[in-house]
Parts: sequence; C-alpha cells; structure tokens
Amino acid sequence: MKLARLVLVVLVTCGASRVVLVAQQSPPQQQDEFVPIDQLPPQDQLPAAPLLVAAYAFVVLALFVYVVSVARRLTSVQRELERLEADIKRGSSG
Amino acid sequence: MFGRIVWLVLRKDFMIEVRSLETAYTMLFFAISCVLVFAFALVQEGRAPEGGAAGILWIAIAFAGTLALGRTFERERQAETLRALLLAPAARPAVYLGKLLGIVALLSAAETVLVPLVALLFQAPLLAHPIWLALILLTGTVGFAAVGTLFAAMLIRARSRDVLLPVLLYPITVPVIIAGVRATSVLLEPDVNTGFLQVWLALLVCFDVVFVTLALWTFEPLMTD
Amino acid sequence: MPKWFIPLAILCGLMCATAPILVAQAPYESTMGLVQKVFYVHLPSAWMFLLAAIVCGIASVRYLFGGDSRQDRLAWAAAELAVLFGVVTLVTGPLWARKAWGVWWQWDVRLTASLMGWMVAVAYLLLRKYGGPGSDKLAAGLALFGMANVPFVYISVNYWRTIHPTTNVVPTLPTSFGVPLWFSAAAFLLLFVLLLRLRMRLEEQRARIDALYLSMDT
Repeated sequence: MKLARLVLVVLVTCGASRVVLVAQQSPPQQQDEFVPIDQLPPQDQLPAAPLLVAAYAFVVLALFVYVVSVARRLTSVQRELERLEADIKRGSSG
Repeated sequence: MFGRIVWLVLRKDFMIEVRSLETAYTMLFFAISCVLVFAFALVQEGRAPEGGAAGILWIAIAFAGTLALGRTFERERQAETLRALLLAPAARPAVYLGKLLGIVALLSAAETVLVPLVALLFQAPLLAHPIWLALILLTGTVGFAAVGTLFAAMLIRARSRDVLLPVLLYPITVPVIIAGVRATSVLLEPDVNTGFLQVWLALLVCFDVVFVTLALWTFEPLMTD
Repeated sequence: MPKWFIPLAILCGLMCATAPILVAQAPYESTMGLVQKVFYVHLPSAWMFLLAAIVCGIASVRYLFGGDSRQDRLAWAAAELAVLFGVVTLVTGPLWARKAWGVWWQWDVRLTASLMGWMVAVAYLLLRKYGGPGSDKLAAGLALFGMANVPFVYISVNYWRTIHPTTNVVPTLPTSFGVPLWFSAAAFLLLFVLLLRLRMRLEEQRARIDALYLSMDT
C-alpha cells in the first residue's frame, strides 16, 4: 500500500535524524557548548549519555516496529480484498 | 422474586457441588499444595520469613479462586446448562448474584482450612484477631469473586478460556490483593494499628460495592450474543 | 483514507524531524543534567498512553451499550496504541530513573498504576487475539472494568510512599523547557491520531473482507 509506505519513509527519515542528533549532542565534551560552567552537573558516577541514547533509540525503534507491523497487516488485507473482489467479478460475469 | 432466583441458583450449585465435592476437593488440595510450595521456597533453617504469611495466604486464595471459577463454569459449559439458565425467564443479575454467592461460599470454606494451615506452617499469629481477619477475608473474597464470576461467565464462550481467565483476572484484582495482604499483615504485628485496618477495609468495601454494581449492570449486555 | 491523512502525515514527519533540534537546544536541567532530556519523550508518551486508554474505555462502553461496530474498531485500535505508548513510557521511565533516582524501578504509585494499566491493555489484546468469536463484547467489558479499576489501583498503591514528581511541575516550567515539551507533545498527538486512523483502516478492511465472504456464501 502506497500510503503506508509513505508514512513509513517519513517516520524512518525523522527517526534517523533523531538518532543522529541525540548521538551528536551526547558526548560529554560537547556539553560545554550548551551550558555555562556554573550550571554543569556535578561529576556523576553514571554516564547519562548511554541512557539518553538508549531511551531515544527505543522510542524510534518501537514506533518503527509498530508502523511496519500495521503496514504489513494492511498490505496483506488489501491484497486479499482485491483478490476477493476480482473473484466475485469473475464469478458474476462467468 | 429476585431474591428467590438468587436462592434457587445458589441452591442448585450447592446441591451439585455436595453430590460430588469435585471442585471443593480439587481446589482445596491445590491451595494446600500452593502453601507447601511457598513453605519449601521461603522457610529457611526452620524459620519463616518476617511477614510472609499474609502474602502466602492471599496468593493461595487467589490461585484456588481462579481454579474454582474455572471449574464451576466449565461444568456449566459441558452440560450446556448456563445457556439453559440464561434462557429461563429469570433476571440476569439474579443469576449472577446466585453464582457469586456460590463462589464466595466455596472460597470461604477453603479459607477456613487455609488460615490455620498458614498460621501453623509459618508460625504466624493469624488467629489472634478472628473477627478482623474474618472481615478482611470476606470483603477480599467478595471483591475477587465479583470480578472473577463475571469474567469466567463471559469467557465461557471464548476460545482458550482456561488461560485467559487468570490473564484478565489478576491485573483487575490487584487492589484487592494489595489491600488484603496489607490488612492481614497489619494483623500480624504485635500491636495492631486499627486505623490502618479501617482504611484497608474501607478500600475493600468500596471495591466490592463498585464492582458488584458494575457486574450486575453489565452482566446483561455481556451475556447476550 | 480521509483527505487529511497525507498532509497530516507529512506535517507529523516534519515535526518529528524538528523536535530533536529543539530538544538538543533546550538548556540542561541543573540537578539532573543531560539525562533530563528523556523527559521530552517520556512525558508526551505517558500522556498518549493515558489518552489511548481513555479513548479505548469510552469507545468500549459505547460499544457495549450501543452496539456500533465502529466504536469497537476504535477501542481495538486505541488499545493497541495504549500498549505501544505504554511500552515507550515504561522503558524510557526506568532509563531516566536509573540516573535521577539511582534505581531502575520504584514501587511508587504512578509507576505501579501505569504498569497495571498497561497489563490490562495487554490482556485486552490477548483476549481479542485468542478469544475467538464473541471476544469483542468480552474485551469491551474488560476495558470497562479496567477503567473502573484505575482509582482503586491508585489509592491502594498510594500507601507506599511516592517519590515521583507530581503533575503540577508542568505549568510552572520555564519556557526554555516548555517549548520543546509542548512541541514534542504536539508531535506525539499527531502521531497518535495518524496511527489510530491507520489501525482503524485495517479493521475496516477486515470487516469488508468478512462481508464479502458472507455475500459469497449466500
């Protein structure tokens, strides 16, 4: 189905952009660009970047998997519908 | 009229049960096995874990209740008697109420065996406040059975009903389990805090009222094909 | 599909593409630092989870007492989205909590209530999938009971003290945090509507197939 594919492409592109952006801002040395020195968080035992990347990656992945699953179900149903309609048309004419 | 139908359904279930005692025996044995499994899993060096008795009692009740609900309605399904019951010119809510009372009676009977058993095996002073305990058990059982009876009756027409009953029942009855376990563990403490008990009991009573009302209200549309 | 679908899909794609830029430019929260940026997906997805659950519950009640099969399809679609956004909420939450609270999971009232609500939604889908004929009514009943259950779960779990921030944080948020949040929420809402429509379309087509098979038999 064209429409589902379009949605999929849009989502994939924006998903990819999200991952790239998150990955770009995640290394700790880049923090200096955004935050004044006095607002820097105290040294933590746990690095935040992997958690953040994991969270965003999961969101993109979950949405992507769902859209793919709906699109696949929709195409198969669409195909069956077309087949059925063709069958009925053949049945009524022949 | 309403009360009479409730009574007739209850008496019918009671007569069938007394004749074979199938559900009662299997449920009781299952509940006792549950308690024993917990005893093997949790009792270490002859000592039971602190405050574990309340949880184990309620888990045994929930498991045994699921078994009893499944069995009771499976019997109705095999003999196609539930359909006959619903075809009878009787108010649907009355049929539901009769069924519910039957399940509650069955579970209460099981609890009279389970409570002393858990008290004995886990050295818990469960019987120190019998009236409070009876109130908690009764309200909890009614809440659990109110949801369970409706779902089990609904699922009678569904495929894979044995698996689906616990899947649907446990998420919905979480508040009952939490309140029951917490209230029972309050009873197990050396000096009982009546304020806490009243809060949990109030929650259980509210749950019972809301869910019995809802079930009576939805039994009709849910049981119509 | 309705006419609005494709323009909205494009708009949604654009918004999803710009949202990360806004999130990246938002300032760092002073106590939590970088990890606080999970907030911009966690909170909107939690809202969508709640919205999906409410839509599913209302549609189920209307189906149960009205018998309109469109409401049934809407309830099914909403339940699937509730599971989807619930998973997103329940996974991003612990990732944030690991840093902010130091633990993955906390038995606090919101977490537990969300988890129980999510389980009811999963039970709903299981029932629809494996319940066989007649499961539409049963599922509607389950949704109704699940809705009635929410306050009880909330109250009963509330007795274990809560450390989750309360909702009154949001209106007092400074604009630098608020703009990306609301933008992200709008993108999620758009996505929700689109996915709901797409999922309902699937059920409509299935209903058409069933109707065709029935017409062939007669």
